[in-house]
Amino acid sequence: MFRSHILVCGGTGCTSGNSMKIYDALVERIRKEGLENEVHVTKTGCFGLCAYGPIMIVYPEGAFYSQVKVEDVDEIINEHIIKGRIVTRLLYQETVGEDGSIKALNDTNFYKKQHRVALRNCGVINPEKIEEYIAYDGYEALGKVLTEMTPQDVIDVIMQSGLRGRGGAGFPTGRKWQFAKNSVGDKKYVCCNADEGDPGAFMDRSILEGDPHAVIEAMAIAAYAIGSDQGYIYVRAEYPIAVQRLTIAINQAREYGLLGKNIFGTNFNFDLDIRLGAGAFVCGEETALMTSIEGHRGEPRPRPPFPAVKGLFGKPTILNNVETYANVPQIILKGADWFASMGTEKSRGTKVFALGGKIHNTGLVEIPMGTTMREIIYDIGGGCPNGKKFKAAQTGGPSGGCIPAHLIDTPIDYDNLIAIGSMMGSGGLIVMDEDNCMVDIAKFFLEFTVDESCGKCTACRIGTKRLYEMLCKVTDGTATMEDLDKMEELCYYIKENSLCGLGQTAPNPVLSTLHYFRDEYEAHVKEKRCPAGVCKKLLRYQIVADKCKGCTLCARNCPVGAISGTVKEPHVIDPNKCIKCGVCMEKCRFGAIIKA
Amino acid sequence: MKSLEELRALREKMKSQTDNRSVAGADETVIKVGMATCGIAAGARPVLEALLDEADKRKLHNVSISQTGCIGMCRLEPIVEVFKGGQKYTYIHMTPEKARKVMNDHVVNGNPCKEYLIGEN
Repeated sequence: MFRSHILVCGGTGCTSGNSMKIYDALVERIRKEGLENEVHVTKTGCFGLCAYGPIMIVYPEGAFYSQVKVEDVDEIINEHIIKGRIVTRLLYQETVGEDGSIKALNDTNFYKKQHRVALRNCGVINPEKIEEYIAYDGYEALGKVLTEMTPQDVIDVIMQSGLRGRGGAGFPTGRKWQFAKNSVGDKKYVCCNADEGDPGAFMDRSILEGDPHAVIEAMAIAAYAIGSDQGYIYVRAEYPIAVQRLTIAINQAREYGLLGKNIFGTNFNFDLDIRLGAGAFVCGEETALMTSIEGHRGEPRPRPPFPAVKGLFGKPTILNNVETYANVPQIILKGADWFASMGTEKSRGTKVFALGGKIHNTGLVEIPMGTTMREIIYDIGGGCPNGKKFKAAQTGGPSGGCIPAHLIDTPIDYDNLIAIGSMMGSGGLIVMDEDNCMVDIAKFFLEFTVDESCGKCTACRIGTKRLYEMLCKVTDGTATMEDLDKMEELCYYIKENSLCGLGQTAPNPVLSTLHYFRDEYEAHVKEKRCPAGVCKKLLRYQIVADKCKGCTLCARNCPVGAISGTVKEPHVIDPNKCIKCGVCMEKCRFGAIIKA
Repeated sequence: MKSLEELRALREKMKSQTDNRSVAGADETVIKVGMATCGIAAGARPVLEALLDEADKRKLHNVSISQTGCIGMCRLEPIVEVFKGGQKYTYIHMTPEKARKVMNDHVVNGNPCKEYLIGEN
């Protein structure tokens, strides 16, 4: 038994903040003090509160240290580990009560409303040690399934739980498995979609980094249910830590005989391989993904036949998202009713969201379905920084839409989001405040889909490009009102004539912003004005003569020499020279420079 | 992995590695060893090691053992505080042998070792 556990976050966020150096320093100091048998240092997956990384937590006190630096390690060891005095200075402020007492992490605003199912082991176990996963009930579900349940029992439980695909479309997982089980084939495949391509989404990565065995175990369960003996995890090469931990996890599972032949002494065989994606967004689409695993160029193909009938290598295949799989072992262990008791009538369970954009607590949150956007953004996320006003939230990345401020009380589930013109998507949630121009946002996502369109369908390949050009006209101030109507028409044309989800959803950001923020589009077109002050072509920086003290600071900092004037006299900006970089406005100490 | 029993045996073994990796629950026995400079000088570390060792041997999973700062009565160190059943017991002048007895008599069997308690001698 260890008297103390130091858990250091080894997720991508904290790692980029040097958490592995902190880990090394801790291990080194503990060794030097001869405390290896008393104090255990572990690197774990993501804690979720990425905004305050690097994060570490010391048990049993539950001291949550945030924004730790390598230089802080000595103080933590000397004070906390050796003398038992918690280093209050480094604690996450929310955990310190007014009287200096320490609050439990689960009482802080960020964690209070969360309910961790898919993320349950993230930030708790060492993902590189299978034994720790086993200590937290790992592989118990697989054992139970193989020794006590028939394949149909497994599918029935998943069906009853109401679990729906977490990759975005929300197809009932149990039904998908049933189709694949019913399909006749000498060989069947189980695939995992870890090609998380949405800008701003990182929950699949965090699960693979924090709890890779949960995905492996669930895939084995799925394989048993449909009668498969081979699985593939398709993961993007841009996720090096996830790939590394998955590789370690698969090897450890093989060593323990949890992958391979005759698992748990039964005649069930299953093995897994990793396939690396080269980072094409379209490869997250199921048919393109399987084409890519087969070694071909990642292009989608028409459905039907659906993968459950004719998928990978022409054999019946199921393909589920990482987060979907991460729920499965828990459902088997705790039962369908337990899972179905969370969430809303048609969307059971929890959903992980990656919070990003203009929000205080950037990070990873898992909430029961039916939680409102307001709770996520204000209670958990802490609202927009610098007292700015919340304008909209974007869900579903380039395939989703914007949810405007007046719909912030909508309970989040699959159907509600579609009803208001967005979609669940994989779970990226980007928050925008009053400084974001909605036309610019639509343009950003469209630029992404123009790049990522595979080019197979004309409507998507050329349509998105033309749509992008029209958006550029709007942000340049050269569009007409007819262009807005044409844009809308083109959007529907692209949606209706594209083969796969990429093209069918690519116009969504444009459609939803046109719907909810038409006034902003019209301001660009009619008044040649960008209300948020983002679109450069429509911007003019001006100096208010009354406020200008003639300090010359702006003129000295202007990179193109566009500002002229004599000392102690009001200065002027030459609009022909100005490149609208905004440096003058940043530098001015008197607030004399405005965007007009 | 040939059977569920094998998996469960491994899990039981691993539990001792992950015990203490949470904030103690209400039904847990919490043991704190005073380990400021005074405690350490008086020999708190062997006491702590003995407690950990006993917990390991007896596979006690509902026990949280940790160190704490100076309890204030430096002359009575090493001090061990046991929080059990809503009561606080303060053991003084502890040694590894006494600590093992406390684990056996008090923590496991529920009979506080009165002779080591503060105020008893």
